[in-house]
Amino acid sequence: MSYNPWVWFAAFLTLCTFSFLWRDNPFYKFAEHLFVGVSVGYTISILYHNSFMPRVWEPIVTNHQYYVLLPTLLGLLAFAIFFKKISWLIRYPIAFIMGSTCGISIPRSFEGYIFKHTQSTITAISPGLPPFLLISNIIMVIGVITTLLYFYFSLEHKGVMGKVANVGIWYIMLAFGASFGYTVMARVSLLIGRLQFLLHDWLGVIK
Amino acid sequence: MKRQIPLIIAFICGIGMIIQFFIPHPVSQKTYEEVLHWQIIVGIFMMIIAVRSLCVVHIDKIRRKKEGWGYSFITLFALAFTAFVGIAFGMGEEFLISDLYQYIMVPMQSTMFSLLAFYMASAAYRAFKARTAQATLLLVVALVVMFGRVPVGERLVPWLPRVIEWILMYPNMAAQRGILLGVGLGMIATSLKIILGIERGYLGGG
Repeated sequence: MSYNPWVWFAAFLTLCTFSFLWRDNPFYKFAEHLFVGVSVGYTISILYHNSFMPRVWEPIVTNHQYYVLLPTLLGLLAFAIFFKKISWLIRYPIAFIMGSTCGISIPRSFEGYIFKHTQSTITAISPGLPPFLLISNIIMVIGVITTLLYFYFSLEHKGVMGKVANVGIWYIMLAFGASFGYTVMARVSLLIGRLQFLLHDWLGVIK
Repeated sequence: MKRQIPLIIAFICGIGMIIQFFIPHPVSQKTYEEVLHWQIIVGIFMMIIAVRSLCVVHIDKIRRKKEGWGYSFITLFALAFTAFVGIAFGMGEEFLISDLYQYIMVPMQSTMFSLLAFYMASAAYRAFKARTAQATLLLVVALVVMFGRVPVGERLVPWLPRVIEWILMYPNMAAQRGILLGVGLGMIATSLKIILGIERGYLGGG
């Protein structure tokens, strides 16, 4: 059995959280609220040490790089929300974040999502492939097309379109099944980890 | 002033970042890095607003003595204590904040997620009860994937891992690609709407 008070506290919180399986209760609520508080407090600390100090405080105060005042002032406009008359000023930093993020994401979405997947699908069927691989790739290409058509709502899913979309559903359900299986395995693996913590690290009943 | 300037800012920043992507020049790269730097700085202040909102909600709950107001004390105390410990004493394995992370955040996070194992099992039961061919396919594939990925499954049915590999590599990949292409197109369309000022929800009312 562990003599570390932190391990005892972690075990107590683990049991508090598991108690939710019975029903919502004060122990679970205690653990939940503590978790929220500690997580936000931890995020504040990370932000302070990894972002505020090296990117705002040190450049301005220590290194006298006064151009950093520009993004700082833009960020400070966010506090306008506390004053009703000028609360609309918060739109400036939000517009900057939204506009630049969207601008950054457009070419990268083309590159990462559209071109990459389209290229891999088109080049999958090429002459000279072994028969089994060729059939498998044809099955994959049919799957990509039918899945895309299932999400195409400008045409009513009737007749040929309905049949094609239905094939897409089968592919999608198969993919969801695989993802579901992997997710369950990941969660069960976490559960085993927690049980190992309770039985090994805390109680020491298993080696 | 109130709506037009933010729209212009979003337009200029958006178009600027799209153009920047296609210019392979050190100045362009520097601009990209600088914009990311600015985003982080602005993000710090946005985070302060978010923390303030959380505190306001809990302080209001305590002040009005709403149901479960006592738990709000725990949240506020834990937040203030952790932030103080992190800021005043520093981050690192030798500091108290590391214990808070290791013995509160890590066990709680993994326990919360492990709870989902039980709820997923009940969701699977409900899916099976739906008794449609497609729901059955979902469940069968999930079971096959789970069974084939553990040592006992491989020992009992030696060819099962190869079947799973094929399922993941071809039909599963096909649907994932279809979905990801849709996600990509959706992201591009939404981003364009924001840059061109068609989508203005982020400006709020007023």
